[in-house]
Amino acid sequence: MTDLLLIAPILVSFATAVAAYLARRSRARTRAIGLAGSAVLLAIAVVLLAEVWRLGPIAMQASAWPAPFGITIVADLFSAIMVLIAAIIGFAVTIYSLGDIEPDLEAAGYYGLYHVLIAGVCGAFLTGDLFNLYVWFEVMLMASFGLLVLGGSPAQIDGGIKYVSINLISTVMFLIAVAILYGLTGTLNMADLSVAVAEVEDDGLLTVVAILFVIGFGIKSAVFPLFFWLPASYHTPPVAVSAIFAALLTKVGVYALIRMFTLIFTHDVGFTHGLLLAIAGVTMVTGVLGAAAQNQVRSILSFHIVSQIGYMVMGLALFTPLGMVGSVFYLVHHIIVKANLFLVSGVMNRLAGSFQLGEIGGLWRFKPLVALLFMIPAFSLAGMPPLSGFWAKFVLIRASLSLDTGAGYLIAATALVVGLLTLFSMTKIWGEAFWKPHPAGDHGVAPRLTAGRSALLLAPIIGLAGLTLAIGLYAEPFYQVSLAAAEQLLSNEAYVAAVIGDGAVLAAAGSGR
Amino acid sequence: MHSLILATATRLIAALMLVFSVFMLLRGHNDPGGGFIGGLIAVTAFALYAKSRGVDEARRALTVHPTNLAVAGLGCALIAGVLGLVRGQPFLTGQWITIGGDGHGHGGLALSSILLFDVGVYLVVVGSVLGVIFAMEEEI
Repeated sequence: MTDLLLIAPILVSFATAVAAYLARRSRARTRAIGLAGSAVLLAIAVVLLAEVWRLGPIAMQASAWPAPFGITIVADLFSAIMVLIAAIIGFAVTIYSLGDIEPDLEAAGYYGLYHVLIAGVCGAFLTGDLFNLYVWFEVMLMASFGLLVLGGSPAQIDGGIKYVSINLISTVMFLIAVAILYGLTGTLNMADLSVAVAEVEDDGLLTVVAILFVIGFGIKSAVFPLFFWLPASYHTPPVAVSAIFAALLTKVGVYALIRMFTLIFTHDVGFTHGLLLAIAGVTMVTGVLGAAAQNQVRSILSFHIVSQIGYMVMGLALFTPLGMVGSVFYLVHHIIVKANLFLVSGVMNRLAGSFQLGEIGGLWRFKPLVALLFMIPAFSLAGMPPLSGFWAKFVLIRASLSLDTGAGYLIAATALVVGLLTLFSMTKIWGEAFWKPHPAGDHGVAPRLTAGRSALLLAPIIGLAGLTLAIGLYAEPFYQVSLAAAEQLLSNEAYVAAVIGDGAVLAAAGSGR
Repeated sequence: MHSLILATATRLIAALMLVFSVFMLLRGHNDPGGGFIGGLIAVTAFALYAKSRGVDEARRALTVHPTNLAVAGLGCALIAGVLGLVRGQPFLTGQWITIGGDGHGHGGLALSSILLFDVGVYLVVVGSVLGVIFAMEEEI
């Protein structure tokens, strides 16, 4: 039963993609299939998290090849949380898509590509095999390229080419690193690797491989100095597409970093995680400064993705239990908030007529509900209490202060200042889009939507804002789940045992790990 | 770009490549090779054809829309994977039937869900990569 449960998120997404494509001649049917697929995925993800919470890490061996020879699908608490959050966002953005995506894009296979993308994301979260992770990255890359250029305007093609070229470089780095690692250890099963790397004598080479992974996943997750592709491509596609990209794609890179640098590369924490800490700090600062220079809503938000990635890497780099809690909590909080901000930006565009801050205004006066719905994720992003971002930042800063080192204090100060600058960017959008009168006068803000359509656009925004509030006001259960996930990440015996059985763990313990 | 030499050579080379791609696909049945590399070889053949004769000609030669191919392939792969689940085995577990032969594993034609999976991969690769190549070629 757990076998089926583990593979179900991937199967359902692929099946939905095929079904949506087969039904492409009927618009109503594709939309229904797309929505149903997302709903089923959400239900499965809830059950998966409940099972993992109850049983601990669970694993299955695809096509019954025993690990480490076959492909392992494995879910620990961290994976299950990520699948659930991906499913929540997938569901919310599907509803938004029903109101946002134009009929010609729907006919061109939007829901098919969308669900292939979700399948890739879930696959990356669930795989226990390094080469298989590469395959899921490719699945995501193909699907996201399709979504990015769907509609085919020159600006989209331009952004798409940049996106694909830089991602191919990342993939090649990843592949080279995988090859060297395989040469060193003779295995690609991640649980098996975590045991096998202890026996590698050449620590220097292992560190080189680790850095190659940092570069490969660093491009995917858009850390400094490898983030330039992100602001160049995220503001061109339809809003629903940029929302799902902003929420999930970079976070898969962060997930992979966290997985690799807790499970496998822990041989030289001083160097590798020290480097990650430096990267985290610079990423936060450059991202937020880049955002300050922008005047287009989606560009501002894109740069803030970069800056927020820094916080997630920061928790990993601290490599303490509290730091890992911070990373997991931050991922959950950020995915919800960032998706929501992009969704709101789409509504702002539809109401006021532009993404350019200079060309819009007056939304507070005419659309107070939209203003409120912007305020919740925006202030959560900046870390204002009592919203979810406050707790996420609180845990991270607490973790870095409790290191009691110079680097710890420095990164804590950086995180606080960047939080303040985030608030500056959010108030800039607030002042320009909501408070200032519309340049075109009172008629600038016009409802360009039917009631049904605006309900489809607003429902997911309200739902996600409600989640942000819930995490903020009832942080304790979310904190506890993150804590349990962090404990599993830092002591990975249960993960390894689930994948290759208890014997290997004993052997690992015997070899002094 | 039109080159008589390329156009003439392509007729021969593309046909050979397509045959070879099917060979690779079937060889992967038991030996290294298979759907992915076979698909890429087929893509190369059509890409070459598109370069020498134009995308419209290449689309006509393919007859099926690339996206249809890709989705059909995805469907094949899914079915091959689910076959194992239906029999209560893990996802993707290979299922075999032998047609003819002496009933003791000698002779006869062995068919498997693995072959179906490989055909699926082949179609996905051909469909998706050609889709991208054709779109970009038309854009330029």
